[in-house]
Amino acid sequence: MERWGFFARLKKKLRFLYRLFLRKDKLKIGIYGPPNAGKTTLANRILRDWVGEIIGTPSEIPHETRRVKLREGVKIQVDGKSITIDVVDTPGIAAKVDFHDFLKYGLSEEEAKRRAKEATEGVIEAIKWLDDLDGILLVMDATEDPYTQVNVTIVGNIEARKLPLIIVANKIDLPTASPARIKAAFPQHQVVPVSALKGINIDALYKAMAEKFG
Amino acid sequence: MVMEVNLISKEKLSKMGSMEKIRMILDSVKEGKIVVLETGLTPEEEAKLIEVTMLEIDHQNFVGIELESYPQKEKSFLSRILGKRQGRMTIIGPANKLKTLEKREDLIRALIT
Repeated sequence: MERWGFFARLKKKLRFLYRLFLRKDKLKIGIYGPPNAGKTTLANRILRDWVGEIIGTPSEIPHETRRVKLREGVKIQVDGKSITIDVVDTPGIAAKVDFHDFLKYGLSEEEAKRRAKEATEGVIEAIKWLDDLDGILLVMDATEDPYTQVNVTIVGNIEARKLPLIIVANKIDLPTASPARIKAAFPQHQVVPVSALKGINIDALYKAMAEKFG
Repeated sequence: MVMEVNLISKEKLSKMGSMEKIRMILDSVKEGKIVVLETGLTPEEEAKLIEVTMLEIDHQNFVGIELESYPQKEKSFLSRILGKRQGRMTIIGPANKLKTLEKREDLIRALIT
């Protein structure tokens, strides 16, 4: 097990050096976060702004995205800088999936159980994708407490992989949103407040992406 | 209601491999026990624990875990060179029995029902 750990660490270090010296023309950027943070809404916003399409349908029911979705070759141009990214929209990461939680949204027990099963598979897929990415947009709901275990675990894994990270403090159009709370919880990382739904401050995010990932 | 709480020492954890720790945690949690790890898990181990948990959710008796730990401390120069990360105190329990009330950088309040 220790030997496995050594090789895993070595592989990660080599991947970091590869990223450092051999810049790719196209970067895979993963959109991560807990369920209902607005990952698909953000992915749709990015795609609508730059390629005029969407990747999925957001829903108030948690775990709407249960498979990783990929849109390749999205070119973002800001202030003379240009990056081409593959947008990877991932299922929300959670440590528990209870089908009873879906019943209150009017799903039948059969539908709720199927959704729960697919959601567990989606969480696994999202975690596995971390090894294939060049950068992360971590979406947090700015109206919620950011100090959750899922956020702490995702940030820890991104730091361990030395991946460039931007935290997107989403839903700033809502009155209870507090991006400052997210900044205070993760002071070591860049936090960009946006409303993916309304497009508020989205240009600042594109600028940050061009600088951080480009 | 009687609940069993297992406090696992740093010494015991240091002798265990990652999968060994994850297996021990999940076996205990699935039996309805609360597990407290003195040194916790690394972020990679936490992600692996979530992965294995997802595989074992049966949608009847086991719906997942509640996991709470403090964030990583800044790494020392030596640990940066060796590339080793160590977790901090962590509490793990069945999602339907352990509920986090409050979590801050230096305090975790939880309810066991």
